[in-house]
Amino acid sequence: MEFALDFTKKQLESIESILEDELIDIGVQCVVLIDLAGNVIVNLDNGESDHDVYSLAALAAANFGAVNAMANIIGEQEFSLLFHKGDKDSIHFSKVGDDLLLLTIFGKEVSLGFLRLKIAEAIKNIQATL
Amino acid sequence: MALINPKKKEVQVKIVYYGPGRGGKTTNLEYINKKFKSRIKSEMVTVKTYNDRTLFFDFLPFDIGVIKGHTIKVQFYTVPGQVKYNATRKLVLRGVDGIVFVADSMELRREMNIRSLQNLEENLGSMNKNLNKIPLVLQYNKRDLAKEGIPLLSIETMEEDLNKTLNAPSFPASAVVGDNVAETMKKIISLTVSSLKKKLDVGEEK
Ligand SMILES: Nc1nc2c(ncn2[C@@H]2O[C@H](COP(=O)(O)OP(=O)(O)O)[C@@H](O)[C@H]2O)c(=O)[nH]1
Ligand SMILES: [Mg+2]
Repeated sequence: MEFALDFTKKQLESIESILEDELIDIGVQCVVLIDLAGNVIVNLDNGESDHDVYSLAALAAANFGAVNAMANIIGEQEFSLLFHKGDKDSIHFSKVGDDLLLLTIFGKEVSLGFLRLKIAEAIKNIQATL
Repeated sequence: MALINPKKKEVQVKIVYYGPGRGGKTTNLEYINKKFKSRIKSEMVTVKTYNDRTLFFDFLPFDIGVIKGHTIKVQFYTVPGQVKYNATRKLVLRGVDGIVFVADSMELRREMNIRSLQNLEENLGSMNKNLNKIPLVLQYNKRDLAKEGIPLLSIETMEEDLNKTLNAPSFPASAVVGDNVAETMKKIISLTVSSLKKKLDVGEEK
């Protein structure tokens, strides 16, 4: 597997504006688009969160890989989305195409159902830019 | 491959410390983390088992400054050495740009070094990569144990066992003491970054 994904400035700008419109604007704290090698491609936040996104990306890529290995053991291709629920904040992970992963960190104010809808929309729009 | 972000003018480079379990990979990163505190903006991340061994990886981000107008963010990873963790080793190797192979100088560990290097070549092979084409530095660690009377492999033997066909730069080292830890790191960074520079040149033209 090779991750020689290169993004142009223009692509990055359109991805950012998609994430801003679809997710930050509905009250999400922080979104990070990463590749499966653990690189950060785009990260945005609402100005109030200050997470260590590089460490998050490394762990999220590994976590996703581990969960996929579990999927294979039980005969699934992959689990295309994951959700870790916290007391106050939660993380939602969703695959974007074959090589990318979208992390969304959000608090109690955002409903999971609505968020999922918006994430699905954002992913569709991001894929159109790739 | 390194990820280049033309918008932020930032490059992320992935360097993996590979080698047999207990060889000193984590100790290398711990030393770097201590010694270069000012360049490291966040905590070292380690995913350990209950008995304190590396379960998944260690992760240490390291800023080396600006090259050709791009901020270079080096991300150091280690892999778990135990044989049973091959699936996680493969995950960590994804998108690798440079490798440090940390070999254990203890005579007892001779076979383990050889097997771990073979395992590295196999894992890279399964990703259609070739160890001969990736920036690589070998480190012969635990040289300090000679003083304690523990039988060590000679450097010549280790070169013969591990580096005969690879011909990579190599360093005798002691990760606990810190001997040649920074040198090993500087060498792999410079090899990796110079192989990257070409790509950045092309990127500038875009
Ligand atoms: N004497 C000596 N011990 C070392 C050296 N490097 C690592 N160790 C010890 O070897 C053990 C395994 O080291 P660790 O870094 O966890 O190995 P890893 O499995 O490759 O990550 C630890 O007890 C270290 O303190 C060294 O250069 N000299
Ligand atoms: Mg370790």
